[in-house]
Amino acid sequence: MQWFNVVLQGVLIGGLYAMFAAGLSLIFGVMRLVNIAHGDLIVLAAYISLIVTQAMGVDPLTSLLLVVPVMALIGYALQRGLLNRTLGEDLLPPLLVTFGLSIIIQNGLLELFTADSRRLQAGTIEILTFQVTQSVWVGALPLIQFGVAVAAVAGLQALFYKTALGRAFRATSDDQSVAQLMGLDTRHVFAMAMALSLAIVAIAGVFLAIRTNFDPAIGSARLIFGFEAVIIGGLGSMWGTLAGGIILGISQAIGAQIDPGWQLLAGHIVFLAILAVRPQGLFPKVSG
Amino acid sequence: MKDHGTISRRTLVKTGLGAVAAPAILQILPAEAQSQTIKIGHVSPKTGPLAGFGEADGFILEQVRGILSKGLDNNGKTYKVEIITKDSQSNGNRAAEVASELILGDKVNLIVASATPDTTNPVSDQAEVNELPCITTNCPWQPYFFGRKGDPKKGFTWTYHFFWGLEDVIASFLALWDELPTNKVVGGLFPNDADGNAWGDPKLGLPPALAAAGYKLHDPGRYQLMNNDFTSQISAFKAAGAEIVTGNMIPPDFATFWSQAAQQGFRPKIVTIGKALLFPSVIESLGERGNGLTSEIWWTPNHPFKSGLTGQSCQELTDTYTKASNRPWTQPLGFQHALFEIAIDVLKRAKNLNDPKSILDAIVSTNYQSIVGPIQWTGVPVKNVTKTPLVAGQWQRKNGKFDLVIAENKTAPNIPVGGKLQPIS
Repeated sequence: MQWFNVVLQGVLIGGLYAMFAAGLSLIFGVMRLVNIAHGDLIVLAAYISLIVTQAMGVDPLTSLLLVVPVMALIGYALQRGLLNRTLGEDLLPPLLVTFGLSIIIQNGLLELFTADSRRLQAGTIEILTFQVTQSVWVGALPLIQFGVAVAAVAGLQALFYKTALGRAFRATSDDQSVAQLMGLDTRHVFAMAMALSLAIVAIAGVFLAIRTNFDPAIGSARLIFGFEAVIIGGLGSMWGTLAGGIILGISQAIGAQIDPGWQLLAGHIVFLAILAVRPQGLFPKVSG
Repeated sequence: MKDHGTISRRTLVKTGLGAVAAPAILQILPAEAQSQTIKIGHVSPKTGPLAGFGEADGFILEQVRGILSKGLDNNGKTYKVEIITKDSQSNGNRAAEVASELILGDKVNLIVASATPDTTNPVSDQAEVNELPCITTNCPWQPYFFGRKGDPKKGFTWTYHFFWGLEDVIASFLALWDELPTNKVVGGLFPNDADGNAWGDPKLGLPPALAAAGYKLHDPGRYQLMNNDFTSQISAFKAAGAEIVTGNMIPPDFATFWSQAAQQGFRPKIVTIGKALLFPSVIESLGERGNGLTSEIWWTPNHPFKSGLTGQSCQELTDTYTKASNRPWTQPLGFQHALFEIAIDVLKRAKNLNDPKSILDAIVSTNYQSIVGPIQWTGVPVKNVTKTPLVAGQWQRKNGKFDLVIAENKTAPNIPVGGKLQPIS
């Protein structure tokens, strides 16, 4: 029963990792951009939610109604105004620019909000919990968080394969120049992809900030799990990203049960093992 | 036709030349005045994860510079004092780099540093290598001394430190827990970092001391910093029936643990965590769940000490700070102030300010009443370290505001107790 509990909690954490990863996976799939500032954008979303909750007196989950569109707008503007200019044959310039962006966001937040450790307070739902058996308890918040992660991934998947925008994403991803010849404005398509990515970042940021404390410097430390989940699941595959997050969560939980020192190591070992055996990830998109 | 708006070519050339020449002239000036100006180098974390420790630096420096504007008297002569402060960016390598810039580039006469082994150790190491006197604080003495591979028989030559040690934390935690009846089963949370390894050390840390006092410690092992999941620790503590949780954590890790503990039905009576629960902002961020948490206390506005530099009491210093910054007081405030108090006292007493050896002699012979208590390096616990008092206390919520109440003073009876320890409801 103890192991059941460990795996269950691991799955629930996996949902959070999948949300960290979904945005990364999306923009890498569409425009081969590795966003180093992803973790800091998660923290930025948390701060925006903090402002909204304090200014309007709403709870953090309701603040998502405002934080998601704001982050999406920031994403669109960021892509149109800055990142589109760095895209090209070379992978290095966007990497360097997002690295710089990460430093700018961190220090900007430090200036504005000081180094204080903050948290979004969601009230009683934070400690609401269901006792399943003697030793298994499931918190309401981790459950909601997992449900939202699944919904976000399902939504992205539907958007990719059922809508015109999704078709545009896939077309641009497959061959940028042909997509342009067919009349697609790739600058707009890229910007839409970044907007979508940051919309998911907003959700991830708010859930992270309810779960634990945040300060301007924590973003990059959370980024690595996102990257690992993307690689395990296979680049560009949304359900794969969710699976990657869950596999990472479970392997960490099992590692921690053996010895807390093994927690991260177990996750990294599974990641490396999958990278060695299946470098394309578990559920890769059909290669083009 | 006259045009007032445009600048004539000659003015432009003149001012332009002036602007170009100014830095050169400015650079020459301090060099000429060197015999009169004494420089103090200061390193602390102002940005990065440790920025909370350096938060009050701006205020402290302004106060100290104000006092020093009249100059510093030494052997009947008045010297100008300049404080050059640098940011360690919460990074040990960066701290070493700026310390060497201060020593070799700015040619400071004395270097001071504060906040965690990541700052104190690299700065002290640079000072030791370059044979420059150095005073540090705000880091328990074991990570400072043994972290730098200090040999208690020999010690260091140029570097001195004041703060408390692990033995004080253990003693005050034990005294605190004795205030409430519990089953004496303790869950331990120690991360895999310098502090966590020292606290959880099976020979020198909490485990042997707790066992000797009749407490049963369950230590599942070292976890990595920025942990996302404490399920395995929580189920181990639940299985053992732990009523007390202790350890040394960073704020995000504690917040994760504490919300997971609630979600997984683990409700200990006492939670005493080092480091994570120092800052009011962290407690505020936990909301209702911050009430009743306990922590070590280095310094509060109620400590019975006075600044030898400004004459302020602890309360007066915090009042001035909260008024100037509009921020709640934090424990490092007193130590940041004391660091400069001692530096200035040393410089006043040094026989020859241009001789590093002479400044070092002044450090060694320090006997000073500071805002964090008396400072005198007597060789206890080791040559380069002197200890300040440590007590323990509880965050109690009164009228919606959190107050850090001193709940035990067995380890330092001169510090007044502010209230009784309450179990976490």
